[in-house]
Amino acid sequence: MRVRAQFMMVMALDKCIGCHTCSTTCKQAWTNRTGTDYVWFNNVETKPGIGYPKHYEDQNRWNGGWTLNRRGRLKLKSGGRIKKLMRIFANPDLPTIDDYYEPWSYDYASLTNAPKSDRAPVATAHSRLTGEEIDLQWGPNWEDDLGGAHERYLEDPNMRGLEEQITLDYENVFLMYLPRICEHCMNPSCVASCPSGAMYKREEDGIVLVDQNKCRGWRFCVSGCPYKKVYFNHVTSKAEKCTFCYARVEDGEPTVCSETCVGRIRYIGIVLYDLDAVTEVAATTDEQDLIEAHRDLFLDPHDPEVIAAAEVSSVPHDWIEAAGRSPVYALAKDLGVAFPLHPEYRTLPMVWYVPPLSPVVDAMSVGGYDAERPEDVFAAIEHMRIPVDYLANLLTAGDAKPVETALRRLTAMRAFKREEQLTGAGNESLAADVGLRPDQLEHLFRLLALAPYDERYVIPTSHREETGARQSEHCSIDFPGGPDLAATFGLEESNMVMPEADTSRDEDGRVRLNVREAPPR
Amino acid sequence: MNNVSMPDILLFLVLPYLAMATFVIGHIWRYRYDKFGWVSRSSEIYEKRWLELGAPLFHYGALMVIAGHMLGIIIPESFTEALGISEAQYTLVAQVGGVTGLVICLSGMVILLLRRVLNGRVKRATTRIDVAAMSMLWLMVILGTLTTVGYNVLGPGYNYRPSVAVWWRSIMLFQPDVSALNGVPEIYRIHITVAWLFLAMYPFTRFVHSWSAPATYLTRPYVVYRHREPSPPHTPGVGKRWRTIGRD
Ligand code: SF4
Ligand code: SF4
Repeated sequence: MRVRAQFMMVMALDKCIGCHTCSTTCKQAWTNRTGTDYVWFNNVETKPGIGYPKHYEDQNRWNGGWTLNRRGRLKLKSGGRIKKLMRIFANPDLPTIDDYYEPWSYDYASLTNAPKSDRAPVATAHSRLTGEEIDLQWGPNWEDDLGGAHERYLEDPNMRGLEEQITLDYENVFLMYLPRICEHCMNPSCVASCPSGAMYKREEDGIVLVDQNKCRGWRFCVSGCPYKKVYFNHVTSKAEKCTFCYARVEDGEPTVCSETCVGRIRYIGIVLYDLDAVTEVAATTDEQDLIEAHRDLFLDPHDPEVIAAAEVSSVPHDWIEAAGRSPVYALAKDLGVAFPLHPEYRTLPMVWYVPPLSPVVDAMSVGGYDAERPEDVFAAIEHMRIPVDYLANLLTAGDAKPVETALRRLTAMRAFKREEQLTGAGNESLAADVGLRPDQLEHLFRLLALAPYDERYVIPTSHREETGARQSEHCSIDFPGGPDLAATFGLEESNMVMPEADTSRDEDGRVRLNVREAPPR
Repeated sequence: MNNVSMPDILLFLVLPYLAMATFVIGHIWRYRYDKFGWVSRSSEIYEKRWLELGAPLFHYGALMVIAGHMLGIIIPESFTEALGISEAQYTLVAQVGGVTGLVICLSGMVILLLRRVLNGRVKRATTRIDVAAMSMLWLMVILGTLTTVGYNVLGPGYNYRPSVAVWWRSIMLFQPDVSALNGVPEIYRIHITVAWLFLAMYPFTRFVHSWSAPATYLTRPYVVYRHREPSPPHTPGVGKRWRTIGRD
């Protein structure tokens, strides 16, 4: 047994308000550069929806992740090593920029330079790839809050088997937000797909990274990742991905997306696992058993035998101690309310989600139920297949049971605390009904509702005794006085600057801001 | 060295060694100072349909053509004769193989060139060094086509193995024998000269990705684990001037 520590994130979806703060702060920190203009290491999708890039969850089309061969062994869905090398000149599974969106900017100068006019001036959109004017048909968050759902609601792969029951009446439609980052998988198919061996998983903390000096731009990681969370920088011709903000995490600080999360939905901690068992777990025959097997892979950090084994595998002592306080271990294993996104891709993803109760509750009030009565909620969970089965397709390979259990636990926690508020004591049988102890319900409440900062983020610092130095090394390189990307990559300056706006002047020869004059009588 | 003209010495003795020196030193320099820029610079993300057609044609065709050149100039005529392969038989095989490779390679090149010119995104991402490299490649391949198809298949025919191949081996073995080229048709001479220039340019273009053919992928374990780097990797020459060479 080789014990390793790995960072993990859990997001409680009920609390996500879809504000995109995480996406914008991440973008400002990491991908506000030429070449990564279309890249969002963190993005927030409205579900149901086809996502970013379009239809990324449809692995029959993109061939990401792993599958089992006839002998029940793991193989990359896109094919073996020889097949890959034969196709190295053109990767058939690679998405193009149109599957994400064509990055654009506006010629803002035309607003300030416009001559006096009766009409409001317009800044037209220009592609950042060609410099030409484009007609916007798709962009980041195009589907936000179900925009365009009437056209694409059923194209969401998680709708499979539910088409019959779905109605698009305004009252019955449901939506939820799904923030996504790289999953820092335990069995990463991106790493396995990289022909150059430039991608790697760090032994100390499980963060998956791209070695920029070794990447040769073969692009197989991009197509190999079923979550499409490796991106191709089209200027440097190299792969880039979410780094789990390792420069921050090594110093004990949460990732930028977590730090700035308005809804406080994110939890970061470490789990201990047995490196030697990973492949076997990923090859679990029935995909619906994958979650249980994955949970079993997380070792109990309070078990003296595990602690001893971890010491032998030289996991630092403070890391073992941090694993014992890990909020993610509690949510995923102890309380059993969190699930990985699409476990059936077999990459053993390490960003898990607490399924949202809100779609069920919303639907209940439409049906005339009382969403405050636990019996009603339990009945609804059982009978309203739509949100539950949808969540199951998203989080548990279609198995509704674990999702139901989690939703019941969330309901029980609410009812328990409500009763406690009103009568001074919670109903302990509620806890027993959902298979938890009252103190576990209390813990769940503390984590989800109170969510104190240092209980949401239990991040041991890296052992390199030069703490702080990392952050200055790895900041974004677009800063005043930094390297000039245009010159570095030999692009014409005009590639990044929008075409000159019409600089026509006023009669008196001065350029005027567009202040409207009273029309001549 | 007596019956050799001065231009011949310049073009077939001085130029080859200069080109070889540039080729070797250029690669070492590029690897050392611009490892970050050592990439394929793929444009597949911009446009895929034509690339999926053109790129494999070009690459597989080019590999065939390179293999054909290697066989032709490395293996001495005496060796194939000793194996009982006559000059006529050899020429037939070489011409069939050569023309096949050429047709595949050229059709790929035509597709890729049209794509690069007609697709706004790909065109915009083309740098000056790309234009130079591609012009040189096109020139070299057209001249090669003229020698193989124009001169050999359709024209009078010429056996380059006792002359050009002998000279090439003499250059490689550092015992240059320029006189072996006496009487070689002009078209061959021009093709050879352009090829040396192409090689001299090679380390500074995107062609360097050819050396990174990832053969180790066949044997390494799927998932790569690494320790956290003890210190940031030291990259010499990160200044602007170093960085621009090889890309523009
Ligand atoms: S989610 Fe991250 S670690 Fe997992 S396969 Fe994709 S890029 Fe790799
Ligand atoms: S910042 Fe938090 S609440 Fe806002 S969208 Fe991101 S995950 Fe959701």
